Order: sequence, then structure tokens, then C-alpha cells
Amino acid sequence: MRITVKLYALLGRYLPPGSKDNQTELEVDDGTTPAAVMRRLALPPEQCHLVLINGLYVPPGERDRQALADGDALAIWPPVAGG
Amino acid sequence: MSWTRTILRVDLTNGTCAPEPLNMGWAMKYLGQRGLATKYFVEETDPKVDPLSPDNKMIMATGPLTGTCASTAGRYSVITKGALTGAIACSNSGGFFGNEMKNAGYDMIIFEGRAPNPVYLLIQNDDARLLDASEFWGKSVWDTEEGIKAKHQDPLIRVASIGVSGEKGCKFACVVNDMHRAAGRSGVGTVMGSKNLKAVAIRGTLGVAVDDAPRFLAAADAGKKVLADNAVTGQGLPTFGTQVLMNVINETGALPTRNSREVQFDGAKDISAEAMAEKRVSDGKANLITNAACFACTIACGRVSAIERTHYTVAERPQYQVASGGLEYEAAWALGAATGVNDLDALTFANFICNEQGMDPISLGATVGAAMELFESGAIGTAETGGIELRFGSAEALTQVTELVGLGEGFGVDVGLGSKRLCEKYGNPDLSMTVKGQEFPAYDPRGIQGMGLTYATANRGACHLRSYTVASEILGVPEKTDPLTTDGKAALVKAFQDATAAVDSSGLCVFTTFAWTLDDIAPQIDAACEGSWSTDTLLEVGERIWTLERQYNLDAGFTGKDDSLPKRLLKDAAKTGPAKGLVNGLDKMLPEYYQLRGWTADGVPTNETLQRVAL
Ligand code: SF4
Repeated sequence: MRITVKLYALLGRYLPPGSKDNQTELEVDDGTTPAAVMRRLALPPEQCHLVLINGLYVPPGERDRQALADGDALAIWPPVAGG
Repeated sequence: MSWTRTILRVDLTNGTCAPEPLNMGWAMKYLGQRGLATKYFVEETDPKVDPLSPDNKMIMATGPLTGTCASTAGRYSVITKGALTGAIACSNSGGFFGNEMKNAGYDMIIFEGRAPNPVYLLIQNDDARLLDASEFWGKSVWDTEEGIKAKHQDPLIRVASIGVSGEKGCKFACVVNDMHRAAGRSGVGTVMGSKNLKAVAIRGTLGVAVDDAPRFLAAADAGKKVLADNAVTGQGLPTFGTQVLMNVINETGALPTRNSREVQFDGAKDISAEAMAEKRVSDGKANLITNAACFACTIACGRVSAIERTHYTVAERPQYQVASGGLEYEAAWALGAATGVNDLDALTFANFICNEQGMDPISLGATVGAAMELFESGAIGTAETGGIELRFGSAEALTQVTELVGLGEGFGVDVGLGSKRLCEKYGNPDLSMTVKGQEFPAYDPRGIQGMGLTYATANRGACHLRSYTVASEILGVPEKTDPLTTDGKAALVKAFQDATAAVDSSGLCVFTTFAWTLDDIAPQIDAACEGSWSTDTLLEVGERIWTLERQYNLDAGFTGKDDSLPKRLLKDAAKTGPAKGLVNGLDKMLPEYYQLRGWTADGVPTNETLQRVAL
């Protein structure tokens, strides 16, 4: 199945070269979890602060349990804030 | 200490400046800045006063830590009755002006009356004088600031001034210091303009004393270490600024778009922090040049940007081909998503104009968004706009209107009324995305439920900085809550409101609270100031300030009915994203909030509550 992976702020450098708008499409196995994608892209776990699937928050304890579905958007940020 | 214990009272009508002792009894109850100045303001003015009458007063106030070496300790606030809202107004600014005021020996400056002719106040320590400002009237903030420094041959003078918009009565004019730092919201610059006060220029060299210097230095150092070690304040904010939120809030489906008709903006990626940092194909340079810090700040979230030289906004105008104050998240949202414009350089230009002519970019962008909806729905046409095709997504329309508002000309006069008055004037009050007359900022309360209660109850009108529940609901600071539920939000909002009121009264920047709790702040205040300042004391002070502001608004004529939201947020469900199908559940949160505050079902503090908070 295919998912969209969006990596923002300093995590943008972990996207494959040539990626545009901070995102890329990935072919993954059925049942893949956010944690598996993070490992595949070699993202430092401590930099994966905010993890969203289709905009919904995935708590740290769920990241190696919640399965992604075909067409899902997985978006990840390091610790960020604004105002 | 660390108050200077001196106030400067400036009678603009009679042209006099006189120092007087600070009421230390009040300082012990209201700390400084927002709290203490509000106490003075409430005691000295009639709550029914017309904001633009000479009887309204305007106070510039520092906090006890302003001017010390605590991180971010350079803040000051402008307190008055807001021209935009008719409610209590308190707008906070960074830069270097607050530090200079404290170093000149003043905790606050109270302006009263109205000068017969335009004046500016010049302070050099204990020498304070009102001077003729006719040569600066009609000039921009930028020209005024440079002109005053040149005239007095002192580049170290710090200036806070209004632009042409504030002179011409734009309802959301702000006070800008250090070229691009602003006391931005509620029309405090409009009040300053109504007093014929063009600028306040200060050079202060007296130093700021603290109570227990060794203990204070240790506490300030410990605080700085916490900020440096925290990933948000040590890395995230300096590198990407507040603008990093653009993609976060869009992804979570809470980015108010095209006057809140939608909650996600397809152009968010083009106007985000990531876009600002990306090198352009044409000239190999990025919009963002560097970050910048306010006085004593070890975070440095500020943005310095330049527009591509061939961009239509600056190609023929070399004066704007400069590095200047860049987009913060709120400005980028208002000028961009609220208007549907995704041209980063056009937004940067509009932001430059907001700084140059002293306008609040949140209110400006949100009002342009409302005007675009009025235009597209046929309520106004080119006859009203002076020929401008005011359609969502038009960068040219946005920048044209922004310049007109800045100069108070043409259709800019209408937009300068703010969204509430504009939409009322053209028969569509429901198209105004405001609470208590103030445009709400960059978080849609359908996607972040707690922000609905935040906007509805904010004492200065819709505002994110009064209780930034986004920190908890989206970012997980101090702990993660679900943005899509109303459960627990009443208590969350109250806690944020009280803590923030204390921080806003200290002289520190509220952005420290991404890393600091009051437990980090209290020891710094306690060491710097006389008296005993614990976390509990600060929370008590915060609740007292909140209640004082509430009471003022009630006396001014507001009621619980004004604790509401635009119909669109309560009736029209979000169309996309995680909040799809949801409206804001204000009716579920508000009664619980009143109860937690000790207010009646109509939102009035009970006598027991007033006694409990020692009002
Ligand atoms: S955190 Fe940002 S706004 Fe706050 S004092 Fe520092 S630079 Fe200024």
C-alpha cells in the first residue's frame, strides 16, 4: 500500500532527495506502524515529538501499535511551538 | 527593588510631566506591567469613557523584572480602553524599549488628556519633556524613529511610535517600538493617536537594581539553562520561529481559512516556516535571513526577512528591498490563510507595511478576509473598494488594501474600521469573525475546542495569548489533551488565563512558558523583588488580575452575552480534516467555566469571589 509521509522543520532533511513540500510517497507493507516508518527513514526517535495520522494525534505508546492504512498521511514534527 | 518605585505622569492637555511614587501596596497585589497598570487604570478612569476621548488614559508599563538580566526581561505593555473593542486593552511588546524605560527610572508612564497639537515625549533619565512633533506627524513609524534619533543625535534612544494609520483613526493601530516590535492588539495605537501623541523616545542609563543580587543571578542562570536545554525554546523557536505552526495547525484541521469558511488552506505549505527557509530558484536566496532576539532574550524567536528584488511589491521601490521584520505565525495566517493568499513575498510586504504604518496584522488580515467575503457575496463591489477586485487569493488586492489602510485613504478607511464595524456597515454582521469586537487569531475553535472558550472569555476580545491552550491541545505542553473534545477545557482555560496574567505582569515573555512553569519564574521574581513571591502567590495574583479586568468590562457595559463566538463557529461544521462535522461546543464549556471562576450563571463574579481574590 502507499502512504504519504510528511516531515517538517529539522526533520525535513530525512526526506529522500528531490522531495517537494516536505512530503514523499512511500510504498509500505500492510499493517505498517508509524514507528516502523520512522525506523525505515532513520528518524531520531527523540526528534519525533508530534506524530499525526491524517491530522489525528498518535500518543508515543501507540506509535508501534497503530496500523497505517492505504492512502494515510503520516506527519511528524520535532518539538516545536508558536504563538 | 526591582521596581524603580517611580511613575511618570504626563498631562498632555497641559503639557506637564511629573514623577510620583509608585503605590507599593498595589505592587504587592498586582506585581507590575499588565496587573499593576490595570489597577491604576481602573482606579483612575470611568469605565464608560469613550476610548478616544481625552478622559481615557493610556499607560505604558514595565514589569519588575524588565531591564534585569533574566531571560526575555525586556517587555512592556500598553494598557488603556481599547479603541477597537471598548474593553480593557493590554498589549505587550518586546524589543528594547521596555528596558530603556526601566533604565530611565520609571516603572510606568501614565498619559492623560489630549495635546492641543502633535507632540512626542522625550525622556533622558529624570529629564522628561513634551516636544513639538509637527515635523513627524504624517510620517511612518520607520521615519519617525530614524528622525527622532537623528534630531537628538543619539542612535541609542529607543522609540515607540504610531504610524499614519494611528493618526488617521484606524481602529486597530498599534504602538511600534524598535522598528518592528509592536504592542499590537485592540487599537492601543489608535488611542495614542487620539491623544496627539506621536512617539515616546527614551534614553535611560540609571541601571536596574535587584533585591538579592547573588540569589537573583543564580535563579536567572538556572532559568536560562532550562530554556537552553528545552528542545522548543533551545532549538525549535530560534530556528523556525512561531511560523513552524503553519503546517501543524493546517494538518490538524484548525487553520481558519478564507474568513473561516474552511479550516484547511491548500496554500499553507507556501507560506510556512519551511517555505521561508527554502532557497528560491531565481536568486538562490531564502525569504528568511536570520533570527533575532529582544532585550536579554536567550530564545531569539524573531524573524528577519527580505523580499525577492524582482517581486512586484518592491521591484520599483528600493526602500523596501531591505532586511526587516519577517512573518510570525499570526501575521502569516491573517495576511495569508484568512485571505486565501499564498504569495509569501506579498505577505512579507504586507507585514512590512503593518510595521511601517503601525497596524495589527491579525486584525488587518482578518478584516481583509471579511471584506473579501463581502465582495464575493456581492454585499460590496468595486464602487466601494475603489476599483479593487477584492477576491480571495488575490495578492495584489491584499497589498493594495494594506497600503490604503496604512495611509487611511480610499477603501482603507472602511477596512480600518475592523471586521465588526465593516460587516455591520455593509449589512452582514455575521461575517465578522470577532469576539467583543476583536478579530480572532490563527486557531479555529472547531478544530481546537479549548480555543473557543479562550476567545469567548478573553477580557481584551478574542485573543490567543490570554490562554494558549494550543500548547496542551496540539503541542502537548505541559501535557497532551484532545483538541476535539470539550471535556476538561474549562479548567484548562482558567489555569492558562491565571498563569499568563502573572507572567504578563512580570516583565518576561510568555514564550518562556513553553519550557518554564511558574516554578521556574517565581524564584527569579522572589530574588529580584522585595516581598515573598511563590508559585502560589503568582497564581493568586493572576486570578486577581483576571477578575479585575472582568469587573472593569462588566462596568463598561459588557455582559455574559458577550462571551460568545461568531455564529459560523457555532453552527457551520468544519468541512474537512479531523474536526470534520464539528462545531465549537462553547455551550458545554462556558457554564462550567463560570462555576470554576466563582461567577454567577450570567458571568458576574460573586461577592465571595471578589473577597477571595481580595478585590
Ligand atoms: S521569545 Fe521571541 S518574542 Fe519573546 S522575548 Fe525572545 S525574541 Fe522576543
